[in-house]
Amino acid sequence: MNEVIRLEDVWVRYGDIVVLEGINLSVYEHDFLGIIGPNGGGKTTLLKVILGLVKPVRGRVTVLGDTPERSRRFVGYVPQITLFDREFPATVLDVVLMGRLGRKGILGKYGKEDLKVAYDALESVEMLELKDRRIGELSGGQLQRVLLARALVANPKILLLDEPTASVDEPTKTNLYKLLKKMNDKVTILLVSHDMGVISSYVEKIACLNRKLFYHGSPEMEGEAVEETYQCPIYLIAHGFPHRVLKKHKRGK
Amino acid sequence: MILWEALQYEFMRNALAAGILASIACGVVGALVVVRRMSMMSGGISHAAFGGIGLGYLLGFEPIYGALAFTIASAMMMGFIRERTEISEDSAIGILWVTGMSLGVIFIGLSPGYAPDLFSYLFGSILAVPSSDLAVMVVLDAVILTVVYFLYEEFLAVSFDEDFAKASGVPTERVYLILLSLVALTVVILIRVVGVVLVIAMLTIPAATAWQFSRRLNEIMLLSSILSVIFTIEGLWLSYIFNIASGATIVLVSVATLLLASALKKIFQ
Repeated sequence: MNEVIRLEDVWVRYGDIVVLEGINLSVYEHDFLGIIGPNGGGKTTLLKVILGLVKPVRGRVTVLGDTPERSRRFVGYVPQITLFDREFPATVLDVVLMGRLGRKGILGKYGKEDLKVAYDALESVEMLELKDRRIGELSGGQLQRVLLARALVANPKILLLDEPTASVDEPTKTNLYKLLKKMNDKVTILLVSHDMGVISSYVEKIACLNRKLFYHGSPEMEGEAVEETYQCPIYLIAHGFPHRVLKKHKRGK
Repeated sequence: MILWEALQYEFMRNALAAGILASIACGVVGALVVVRRMSMMSGGISHAAFGGIGLGYLLGFEPIYGALAFTIASAMMMGFIRERTEISEDSAIGILWVTGMSLGVIFIGLSPGYAPDLFSYLFGSILAVPSSDLAVMVVLDAVILTVVYFLYEEFLAVSFDEDFAKASGVPTERVYLILLSLVALTVVILIRVVGVVLVIAMLTIPAATAWQFSRRLNEIMLLSSILSVIFTIEGLWLSYIFNIASGATIVLVSVATLLLASALKKIFQ
Protein backbone atom coordinates (compact mmCIF):
# COMPACT_ATOMS: atom_id res chain seq x y z
CA MET A 1 0.00 0.00 0.00
CA ASN A 2 1.11 3.53 -0.68
CA GLU A 3 2.12 5.75 2.14
CA VAL A 4 0.27 9.05 1.64
CA ILE A 5 1.26 10.95 4.77
CA ARG A 6 4.53 10.58 6.61
CA LEU A 7 5.70 12.54 9.63
CA GLU A 8 9.18 11.95 11.00
CA ASP A 9 10.15 13.30 14.38
CA VAL A 10 7.97 16.39 14.00
CA TRP A 11 8.15 19.07 16.69
CA VAL A 12 5.94 22.15 16.86
CA ARG A 13 6.31 25.03 19.28
CA TYR A 14 4.13 28.07 19.86
CA GLY A 15 6.52 30.41 21.57
CA ASP A 16 7.91 28.45 24.51
CA ILE A 17 5.15 25.89 24.57
CA VAL A 18 5.78 22.55 22.90
CA VAL A 19 2.57 21.53 21.16
CA LEU A 20 3.77 18.48 19.26
CA GLU A 21 6.70 16.44 20.43
CA GLY A 22 8.55 13.97 18.26
CA ILE A 23 5.56 12.88 16.18
CA ASN A 24 6.05 9.90 13.89
CA LEU A 25 3.07 8.97 11.80
CA SER A 26 2.43 6.96 8.66
CA VAL A 27 -0.91 7.00 6.91
CA TYR A 28 -1.54 4.69 3.97
CA GLU A 29 -3.88 4.95 1.04
CA HIS A 30 -7.52 4.17 1.97
CA ASP A 31 -6.77 4.29 5.67
CA PHE A 32 -9.52 5.53 7.95
CA LEU A 33 -7.49 6.80 10.86
CA GLY A 34 -8.95 8.38 13.97
CA ILE A 35 -6.78 10.41 16.28
CA ILE A 36 -8.21 11.07 19.70
CA GLY A 37 -6.86 13.22 22.44
CA PRO A 38 -7.85 15.85 24.97
CA ASN A 39 -8.51 19.46 24.07
CA GLY A 40 -5.25 21.31 23.74
CA GLY A 41 -3.47 18.08 22.94
CA GLY A 42 -2.34 19.34 19.54
CA LYS A 43 -4.92 17.68 17.30
CA THR A 44 -5.74 20.73 15.21
CA THR A 45 -2.06 21.63 15.03
CA LEU A 46 -1.28 18.18 13.66
CA LEU A 47 -3.78 18.69 10.84
CA LYS A 48 -2.34 22.13 10.12
CA VAL A 49 1.12 20.64 9.91
CA ILE A 50 -0.11 18.18 7.30
CA LEU A 51 -1.69 21.09 5.40
CA GLY A 52 1.51 23.10 5.64
CA LEU A 53 -0.24 25.88 7.56
CA VAL A 54 1.98 25.37 10.60
CA LYS A 55 5.70 24.88 10.19
CA PRO A 56 7.40 22.36 12.46
CA VAL A 57 10.54 23.56 14.21
CA ARG A 58 12.05 20.14 13.62
CA GLY A 59 11.30 17.03 11.61
CA ARG A 60 10.03 16.19 8.19
CA VAL A 61 6.54 16.10 6.73
CA THR A 62 5.80 14.34 3.47
CA VAL A 63 2.37 14.34 1.87
CA LEU A 64 1.81 12.28 -1.28
CA GLY A 65 5.56 12.10 -1.71
CA ASP A 66 5.99 15.88 -1.73
CA THR A 67 5.99 18.88 0.61
CA PRO A 68 2.68 19.73 2.30
CA GLU A 69 2.47 23.02 0.37
CA ARG A 70 2.77 21.34 -3.00
CA SER A 71 0.35 18.56 -2.12
CA ARG A 72 -2.28 20.92 -0.71
CA ARG A 73 -4.54 20.74 -3.71
CA PHE A 74 -5.00 17.01 -3.15
CA VAL A 75 -5.91 17.45 0.49
CA GLY A 76 -9.45 18.33 1.59
CA TYR A 77 -9.76 20.11 4.93
CA VAL A 78 -12.87 20.18 7.12
CA PRO A 79 -12.17 22.53 10.04
CA GLN A 80 -14.09 22.76 13.29
CA ILE A 81 -17.46 24.40 12.77
CA THR A 82 -17.33 26.13 16.13
CA LEU A 83 -14.77 28.53 14.73
CA PHE A 84 -17.15 30.08 12.24
CA ASP A 85 -18.92 33.38 12.42
CA ARG A 86 -22.52 32.28 11.98
CA GLU A 87 -23.57 35.76 10.85
CA PHE A 88 -21.23 35.58 7.88
CA PRO A 89 -22.96 36.70 4.68
CA ALA A 90 -22.58 33.65 2.46
CA THR A 91 -24.96 30.99 1.22
CA VAL A 92 -24.38 27.25 1.31
CA LEU A 93 -23.43 27.32 -2.37
CA ASP A 94 -21.00 30.23 -1.84
CA VAL A 95 -19.21 28.22 0.82
CA VAL A 96 -19.06 24.99 -1.16
CA LEU A 97 -17.64 26.82 -4.17
CA MET A 98 -14.73 27.98 -2.02
CA GLY A 99 -13.43 24.45 -2.39
CA ARG A 100 -12.83 25.25 -6.06
CA LEU A 101 -10.67 28.32 -5.37
CA GLY A 102 -7.45 26.50 -6.15
CA ARG A 103 -8.73 25.39 -9.54
CA LYS A 104 -10.19 28.57 -10.94
CA GLY A 105 -7.02 30.69 -10.71
CA ILE A 106 -6.82 33.87 -8.71
CA LEU A 107 -8.37 36.25 -11.25
CA GLY A 108 -10.80 33.71 -12.68
CA LYS A 109 -14.49 33.21 -12.02
CA TYR A 110 -16.31 30.00 -11.16
CA GLY A 111 -17.57 28.30 -14.32
CA LYS A 112 -20.28 25.76 -15.20
CA GLU A 113 -17.97 22.88 -14.33
CA ASP A 114 -17.41 24.33 -10.84
CA LEU A 115 -21.15 24.69 -10.31
CA LYS A 116 -21.80 21.17 -11.47
CA VAL A 117 -19.19 19.73 -9.13
CA ALA A 118 -20.57 21.82 -6.26
CA TYR A 119 -24.13 20.60 -6.93
CA ASP A 120 -22.92 16.99 -7.05
CA ALA A 121 -21.08 17.38 -3.77
CA LEU A 122 -24.12 18.98 -2.14
CA GLU A 123 -26.25 16.14 -3.47
CA SER A 124 -23.87 13.56 -1.98
CA VAL A 125 -24.17 15.11 1.48
CA GLU A 126 -27.92 15.66 1.00
CA MET A 127 -27.76 19.42 1.21
CA LEU A 128 -28.65 20.42 -2.35
CA GLU A 129 -32.11 21.63 -1.37
CA LEU A 130 -30.62 24.13 1.04
CA LYS A 131 -28.05 25.52 -1.37
CA ASP A 132 -29.42 29.08 -1.18
CA ARG A 133 -29.74 29.11 2.59
CA ARG A 134 -27.52 31.52 4.49
CA ILE A 135 -25.00 29.45 6.44
CA GLY A 136 -26.09 31.04 9.71
CA GLU A 137 -29.49 29.38 9.30
CA LEU A 138 -28.08 25.86 9.30
CA SER A 139 -27.89 23.44 12.20
CA GLY A 140 -24.50 22.20 13.36
CA GLY A 141 -24.88 18.93 11.49
CA GLN A 142 -25.95 20.69 8.31
CA LEU A 143 -23.01 23.09 8.43
CA GLN A 144 -20.71 20.16 9.02
CA ARG A 145 -21.99 18.50 5.86
CA VAL A 146 -21.61 21.73 3.90
CA LEU A 147 -17.98 21.96 4.98
CA LEU A 148 -17.51 18.34 3.97
CA ALA A 149 -18.97 19.15 0.55
CA ARG A 150 -16.60 22.12 0.31
CA ALA A 151 -13.65 19.80 0.88
CA LEU A 152 -15.00 17.26 -1.61
CA VAL A 153 -15.35 19.62 -4.58
CA ALA A 154 -11.59 19.84 -4.83
CA ASN A 155 -11.64 16.09 -5.48
CA PRO A 156 -9.14 15.33 -2.72
CA LYS A 157 -7.09 12.19 -2.26
CA ILE A 158 -6.83 12.82 1.45
CA LEU A 159 -9.55 14.17 3.72
CA LEU A 160 -8.63 15.79 7.04
CA LEU A 161 -11.47 16.35 9.50
CA ASP A 162 -11.23 18.34 12.72
CA GLU A 163 -13.84 17.38 15.35
CA PRO A 164 -16.48 16.53 12.75
CA THR A 165 -18.96 15.48 15.40
CA ALA A 166 -18.63 18.35 17.84
CA SER A 167 -22.00 19.98 18.56
CA VAL A 168 -23.87 17.44 16.46
CA ASP A 169 -26.62 15.13 17.76
CA GLU A 170 -26.29 11.34 17.82
CA PRO A 171 -28.25 10.36 14.67
CA THR A 172 -26.38 13.03 12.69
CA LYS A 173 -23.08 11.70 13.96
CA THR A 174 -23.93 8.19 12.81
CA ASN A 175 -25.02 9.47 9.39
CA LEU A 176 -21.85 11.47 9.02
CA TYR A 177 -19.67 8.49 9.80
CA LYS A 178 -21.62 6.28 7.40
CA LEU A 179 -21.09 8.91 4.73
CA LEU A 180 -17.36 9.03 5.43
CA LYS A 181 -17.19 5.24 5.42
CA LYS A 182 -18.70 5.24 1.94
CA MET A 183 -16.17 7.81 0.73
CA ASN A 184 -13.31 5.86 2.20
CA ASP A 185 -13.18 3.73 -0.98
CA LYS A 186 -11.89 6.73 -2.84
CA VAL A 187 -10.12 8.85 -0.25
CA THR A 188 -7.84 8.36 2.69
CA ILE A 189 -9.44 9.79 5.81
CA LEU A 190 -7.77 11.19 8.88
CA LEU A 191 -9.98 12.62 11.54
CA VAL A 192 -9.26 14.03 14.96
CA SER A 193 -11.70 14.21 17.84
CA HIS A 194 -11.91 14.23 21.59
CA ASP A 195 -15.12 12.27 21.30
CA MET A 196 -13.85 8.71 21.53
CA GLY A 197 -17.21 7.02 21.72
CA VAL A 198 -18.33 7.43 18.16
CA ILE A 199 -14.95 7.63 16.53
CA SER A 200 -13.77 4.21 17.53
CA SER A 201 -16.69 2.23 16.18
CA TYR A 202 -16.11 3.48 12.63
CA VAL A 203 -12.44 4.06 12.13
CA GLU A 204 -10.08 1.29 11.22
CA LYS A 205 -7.03 2.56 12.99
CA ILE A 206 -6.70 4.74 15.99
CA ALA A 207 -4.01 6.83 17.60
CA CYS A 208 -3.93 8.95 20.72
CA LEU A 209 -2.44 12.41 20.74
CA ASN A 210 -1.50 14.44 23.74
CA ARG A 211 1.59 16.31 22.62
CA LYS A 212 3.08 12.91 21.85
CA LEU A 213 1.46 10.43 19.55
CA PHE A 214 0.65 6.91 20.63
CA TYR A 215 -0.13 4.95 17.54
CA HIS A 216 -2.11 1.76 17.62
CA GLY A 217 -3.01 -0.30 14.64
CA SER A 218 -6.57 -1.27 15.46
CA PRO A 219 -9.33 0.36 17.47
CA GLU A 220 -9.05 -2.29 20.16
CA MET A 221 -6.64 0.03 21.81
CA GLU A 222 -4.67 -0.74 24.85
CA GLY A 223 -5.81 0.68 28.13
CA GLU A 224 -2.38 2.03 28.90
CA ALA A 225 -2.29 4.12 25.75
CA VAL A 226 -5.56 5.78 26.67
CA GLU A 227 -4.42 6.21 30.22
CA GLU A 228 -1.19 7.77 29.21
CA THR A 229 -2.86 10.13 26.77
CA TYR A 230 -5.69 11.32 28.94
CA GLN A 231 -3.82 10.93 32.18
CA CYS A 232 -6.82 9.43 33.85
CA PRO A 233 -7.84 5.87 34.57
CA ILE A 234 -9.31 3.96 31.70
CA TYR A 235 -12.63 3.10 33.34
CA LEU A 236 -13.57 6.77 33.41
CA ILE A 237 -13.45 6.93 29.64
CA ALA A 238 -14.65 3.42 28.98
CA HIS A 239 -18.28 4.37 29.51
CA GLY A 240 -18.34 6.12 26.22
CA PHE A 241 -16.92 3.18 24.30
CA PRO A 242 -19.04 0.96 22.15
CA HIS A 243 -18.65 -2.55 23.49
CA ARG A 244 -16.52 -3.97 20.79
CA VAL A 245 -13.81 -1.44 21.21
CA LEU A 246 -12.27 -2.29 24.49
CA LYS A 247 -10.47 -5.50 24.95
CA LYS A 248 -11.69 -7.01 28.14
CA HIS A 249 -8.30 -8.11 29.36
CA LYS A 250 -7.64 -4.94 31.30
CA ARG A 251 -10.70 -5.23 33.39
CA GLY A 252 -10.16 -8.34 35.45
CA LYS A 253 -11.63 -11.11 33.39
CA MET B 1 -37.97 71.27 -3.35
CA ILE B 2 -35.06 72.84 -1.55
CA LEU B 3 -32.56 70.31 -2.88
CA TRP B 4 -33.38 71.24 -6.50
CA GLU B 5 -32.91 74.87 -5.69
CA ALA B 6 -29.61 74.08 -4.05
CA LEU B 7 -28.46 72.16 -7.12
CA GLN B 8 -28.34 75.34 -9.14
CA TYR B 9 -25.04 76.01 -7.49
CA GLU B 10 -21.99 74.26 -8.87
CA PHE B 11 -20.62 73.51 -5.42
CA MET B 12 -23.84 71.68 -4.58
CA ARG B 13 -23.70 69.66 -7.80
CA ASN B 14 -20.09 68.78 -7.09
CA ALA B 15 -21.00 67.88 -3.53
CA LEU B 16 -23.69 65.53 -4.78
CA ALA B 17 -21.35 63.94 -7.32
CA ALA B 18 -18.65 63.55 -4.68
CA GLY B 19 -21.18 61.98 -2.33
CA ILE B 20 -22.24 59.44 -4.94
CA LEU B 21 -18.66 58.59 -5.94
CA ALA B 22 -17.67 58.21 -2.31
CA SER B 23 -20.73 56.06 -1.66
CA ILE B 24 -19.71 53.55 -4.32
CA ALA B 25 -16.30 53.11 -2.72
CA CYS B 26 -17.46 53.05 0.87
CA GLY B 27 -20.33 50.69 0.13
CA VAL B 28 -18.18 48.12 -1.63
CA VAL B 29 -15.07 48.36 0.54
CA GLY B 30 -17.11 49.02 3.69
CA ALA B 31 -18.84 45.65 3.20
CA LEU B 32 -15.43 43.96 3.21
CA VAL B 33 -14.28 46.00 6.21
CA VAL B 34 -17.32 45.12 8.28
CA VAL B 35 -17.43 41.45 7.33
CA ARG B 36 -13.71 41.05 7.96
CA ARG B 37 -14.05 43.04 11.22
CA MET B 38 -11.53 45.65 10.17
CA SER B 39 -13.31 48.80 11.40
CA MET B 40 -10.55 49.81 13.77
CA MET B 41 -7.96 48.96 11.15
CA SER B 42 -9.61 51.38 8.73
CA GLY B 43 -9.73 53.97 11.52
CA GLY B 44 -5.98 53.54 11.96
CA ILE B 45 -5.33 53.92 8.25
CA SER B 46 -7.47 57.04 7.98
CA HIS B 47 -5.81 58.75 10.93
CA ALA B 48 -2.40 57.86 9.53
CA ALA B 49 -3.46 59.89 6.49
CA PHE B 50 -3.27 63.01 8.61
CA GLY B 51 0.51 62.68 8.68
CA GLY B 52 0.53 62.87 4.89
CA ILE B 53 -1.79 65.86 4.90
CA GLY B 54 0.59 67.64 7.28
CA LEU B 55 3.56 66.79 5.09
CA GLY B 56 1.72 68.29 2.14
CA TYR B 57 1.32 71.56 4.03
CA LEU B 58 4.96 71.56 5.10
CA LEU B 59 6.44 70.83 1.69
CA GLY B 60 3.85 72.73 -0.27
CA PHE B 61 2.19 70.00 -2.32
CA GLU B 62 -1.46 69.07 -2.53
CA PRO B 63 -2.22 67.45 0.89
CA ILE B 64 -4.49 64.79 -0.61
CA TYR B 65 -1.51 63.18 -2.36
CA GLY B 66 0.29 63.09 0.97
CA ALA B 67 -2.77 61.36 2.38
CA LEU B 68 -2.68 58.81 -0.44
CA ALA B 69 1.00 58.05 0.16
CA PHE B 70 0.53 57.74 3.92
CA THR B 71 -2.56 55.53 3.75
CA ILE B 72 -0.93 53.13 1.28
CA ALA B 73 2.27 53.04 3.32
CA SER B 74 0.38 52.42 6.54
CA ALA B 75 -1.66 49.66 4.88
CA MET B 76 1.55 47.94 3.81
CA MET B 77 3.00 48.38 7.28
CA MET B 78 -0.06 46.83 8.89
CA GLY B 79 0.21 43.86 6.56
CA PHE B 80 3.87 43.48 7.42
CA ILE B 81 3.32 43.74 11.16
CA ARG B 82 0.56 41.14 11.01
CA GLU B 83 2.51 38.58 9.06
CA ARG B 84 6.05 39.07 10.20
CA THR B 85 6.09 40.35 13.77
CA GLU B 86 4.76 39.37 17.18
CA ILE B 87 3.06 42.72 17.79
CA SER B 88 -0.68 42.26 18.15
CA GLU B 89 -2.84 43.76 15.43
CA ASP B 90 -4.77 45.75 18.00
CA SER B 91 -1.66 47.48 19.36
CA ALA B 92 -0.30 48.02 15.86
CA ILE B 93 -3.48 49.86 14.89
CA GLY B 94 -3.20 52.10 17.94
CA ILE B 95 0.44 52.90 17.21
CA LEU B 96 -0.31 53.71 13.58
CA TRP B 97 -3.27 55.86 14.53
CA VAL B 98 -1.38 58.12 16.95
CA THR B 99 1.83 58.22 14.92
CA GLY B 100 -0.06 59.55 11.90
CA MET B 101 -1.89 62.18 13.91
CA SER B 102 1.25 63.27 15.76
CA LEU B 103 3.30 63.57 12.59
CA GLY B 104 0.49 65.60 11.04
CA VAL B 105 0.35 68.01 13.96
CA ILE B 106 4.14 68.48 14.01
CA PHE B 107 4.39 68.95 10.23
CA ILE B 108 1.62 71.54 10.29
CA GLY B 109 3.28 73.29 13.23
CA LEU B 110 6.52 73.50 11.28
CA SER B 111 4.78 74.86 8.17
CA PRO B 112 5.08 78.59 7.62
CA GLY B 113 1.90 80.59 8.20
CA TYR B 114 -1.58 79.40 8.87
CA ALA B 115 -3.15 76.17 7.55
CA PRO B 116 -6.48 77.39 6.23
CA ASP B 117 -8.36 74.16 5.33
CA LEU B 118 -7.02 72.08 8.17
CA PHE B 119 -10.46 71.72 9.68
CA SER B 120 -11.87 70.47 6.39
CA TYR B 121 -9.35 67.62 6.25
CA LEU B 122 -10.31 66.60 9.75
CA PHE B 123 -14.08 66.81 9.40
CA GLY B 124 -14.74 66.91 5.68
CA SER B 125 -15.66 69.62 3.22
CA ILE B 126 -18.02 68.08 0.74
CA LEU B 127 -19.28 71.55 -0.17
CA ALA B 128 -15.84 72.56 -1.39
CA VAL B 129 -14.92 69.69 -3.71
CA PRO B 130 -13.30 71.05 -6.87
CA SER B 131 -14.04 69.34 -10.21
CA SER B 132 -10.44 68.14 -10.41
CA ASP B 133 -10.97 66.09 -7.24
CA LEU B 134 -14.03 64.50 -8.80
CA ALA B 135 -11.84 63.18 -11.59
CA VAL B 136 -9.47 61.62 -9.05
CA MET B 137 -12.43 60.04 -7.30
CA VAL B 138 -13.70 58.52 -10.55
CA VAL B 139 -10.32 56.93 -11.18
CA LEU B 140 -10.04 55.56 -7.63
CA ASP B 141 -13.58 54.17 -7.83
CA ALA B 142 -12.74 52.45 -11.10
CA VAL B 143 -9.64 50.86 -9.57
CA ILE B 144 -11.58 49.67 -6.53
CA LEU B 145 -14.44 48.17 -8.56
CA THR B 146 -12.07 46.40 -10.96
CA VAL B 147 -10.03 44.85 -8.15
CA VAL B 148 -13.14 43.76 -6.24
CA TYR B 149 -14.63 42.26 -9.40
CA PHE B 150 -11.59 40.06 -10.01
CA LEU B 151 -10.84 39.14 -6.42
CA TYR B 152 -14.38 38.87 -5.04
CA GLU B 153 -14.24 35.11 -4.45
CA GLU B 154 -10.86 35.39 -2.77
CA PHE B 155 -11.98 38.23 -0.50
CA LEU B 156 -15.05 36.22 0.47
CA ALA B 157 -13.07 33.06 1.17
CA VAL B 158 -10.30 34.79 3.10
CA SER B 159 -12.84 36.61 5.27
CA PHE B 160 -14.81 33.44 5.96
CA ASP B 161 -12.01 30.97 6.60
CA GLU B 162 -8.45 32.12 6.08
CA ASP B 163 -6.85 28.74 6.82
CA PHE B 164 -9.01 26.98 4.29
CA ALA B 165 -8.34 29.64 1.66
CA LYS B 166 -4.62 29.30 2.26
CA ALA B 167 -4.82 25.51 2.11
CA SER B 168 -6.68 25.88 -1.21
CA GLY B 169 -3.77 27.78 -2.66
CA VAL B 170 -4.99 31.37 -2.30
CA PRO B 171 -2.05 33.71 -1.57
CA THR B 172 -3.81 35.01 1.52
CA GLU B 173 -1.03 37.38 2.55
CA ARG B 174 -1.12 39.21 -0.77
CA VAL B 175 -4.90 39.21 -0.89
CA TYR B 176 -4.94 40.83 2.54
CA LEU B 177 -2.45 43.49 1.45
CA ILE B 178 -4.60 44.26 -1.58
CA LEU B 179 -7.64 44.55 0.66
CA LEU B 180 -5.78 46.97 2.94
CA SER B 181 -4.78 49.00 -0.11
CA LEU B 182 -8.42 49.22 -1.19
CA VAL B 183 -9.24 50.51 2.29
CA ALA B 184 -6.46 53.08 1.85
CA LEU B 185 -7.86 54.29 -1.50
CA THR B 186 -11.36 54.49 -0.04
CA VAL B 187 -10.10 56.50 2.89
CA VAL B 188 -8.58 59.02 0.48
CA ILE B 189 -11.91 59.35 -1.35
CA LEU B 190 -13.82 59.72 1.90
CA ILE B 191 -11.51 62.34 3.42
CA ARG B 192 -13.09 64.89 1.07
CA VAL B 193 -16.58 63.99 2.21
CA VAL B 194 -16.37 63.42 5.96
CA GLY B 195 -12.72 64.02 6.89
CA VAL B 196 -10.05 61.92 8.56
CA VAL B 197 -11.83 61.66 11.88
CA LEU B 198 -15.20 60.53 10.50
CA VAL B 199 -14.05 58.19 7.71
CA ILE B 200 -14.55 55.17 9.95
CA ALA B 201 -18.26 56.01 10.16
CA MET B 202 -18.79 55.87 6.40
CA LEU B 203 -16.85 52.64 6.09
CA THR B 204 -18.86 50.86 8.74
CA ILE B 205 -22.35 52.28 9.27
CA PRO B 206 -23.89 51.77 5.80
CA ALA B 207 -22.38 48.28 5.54
CA ALA B 208 -23.42 47.29 9.06
CA THR B 209 -26.95 48.47 8.29
CA ALA B 210 -27.02 46.61 4.98
CA TRP B 211 -25.69 43.44 6.62
CA GLN B 212 -28.88 43.14 8.66
CA PHE B 213 -30.89 42.74 5.49
CA SER B 214 -28.54 40.72 3.29
CA ARG B 215 -27.67 37.08 2.86
CA ARG B 216 -24.64 37.51 0.69
CA LEU B 217 -21.58 39.72 0.56
CA ASN B 218 -22.43 41.18 -2.85
CA GLU B 219 -25.89 42.11 -1.57
CA ILE B 220 -24.27 44.01 1.30
CA MET B 221 -22.01 45.83 -1.18
CA LEU B 222 -24.92 46.94 -3.34
CA LEU B 223 -27.28 47.82 -0.51
CA SER B 224 -24.66 49.69 1.50
CA SER B 225 -23.71 51.78 -1.56
CA ILE B 226 -27.36 52.69 -2.02
CA LEU B 227 -27.78 53.47 1.68
CA SER B 228 -24.65 55.56 1.62
CA VAL B 229 -25.99 57.64 -1.29
CA ILE B 230 -29.23 58.15 0.64
CA PHE B 231 -27.38 59.14 3.83
CA THR B 232 -25.19 61.57 1.92
CA ILE B 233 -28.14 63.28 0.21
CA GLU B 234 -30.14 63.41 3.45
CA GLY B 235 -27.15 64.78 5.32
CA LEU B 236 -26.38 67.36 2.65
CA TRP B 237 -29.97 68.48 2.55
CA LEU B 238 -30.24 68.85 6.33
CA SER B 239 -26.90 70.61 6.59
CA TYR B 240 -28.03 73.01 3.82
CA ILE B 241 -31.32 73.78 5.56
CA PHE B 242 -29.92 74.21 9.04
CA ASN B 243 -26.55 75.54 7.94
CA ILE B 244 -24.58 72.99 9.94
CA ALA B 245 -21.44 70.95 9.19
CA SER B 246 -22.21 68.57 6.32
CA GLY B 247 -19.79 65.71 7.13
CA ALA B 248 -20.97 65.42 10.71
CA THR B 249 -24.61 65.66 9.62
CA ILE B 250 -24.13 62.80 7.14
CA VAL B 251 -22.60 60.68 9.88
CA LEU B 252 -25.39 61.40 12.36
CA VAL B 253 -28.07 60.66 9.76
CA SER B 254 -26.33 57.31 9.14
CA VAL B 255 -26.16 56.47 12.83
CA ALA B 256 -29.83 57.34 13.28
CA THR B 257 -30.80 55.11 10.35
CA LEU B 258 -28.70 52.23 11.66
CA LEU B 259 -30.39 52.43 15.05
CA LEU B 260 -33.82 52.71 13.46
CA ALA B 261 -33.15 49.74 11.17
CA SER B 262 -31.93 47.61 14.06
CA ALA B 263 -34.99 48.49 16.11
CA LEU B 264 -37.36 47.78 13.20
CA LYS B 265 -35.66 44.46 12.57
CA LYS B 266 -36.07 43.47 16.22
CA ILE B 267 -39.76 44.42 16.17
CA PHE B 268 -40.62 42.58 12.96
CA GLN B 269 -38.70 39.44 13.68
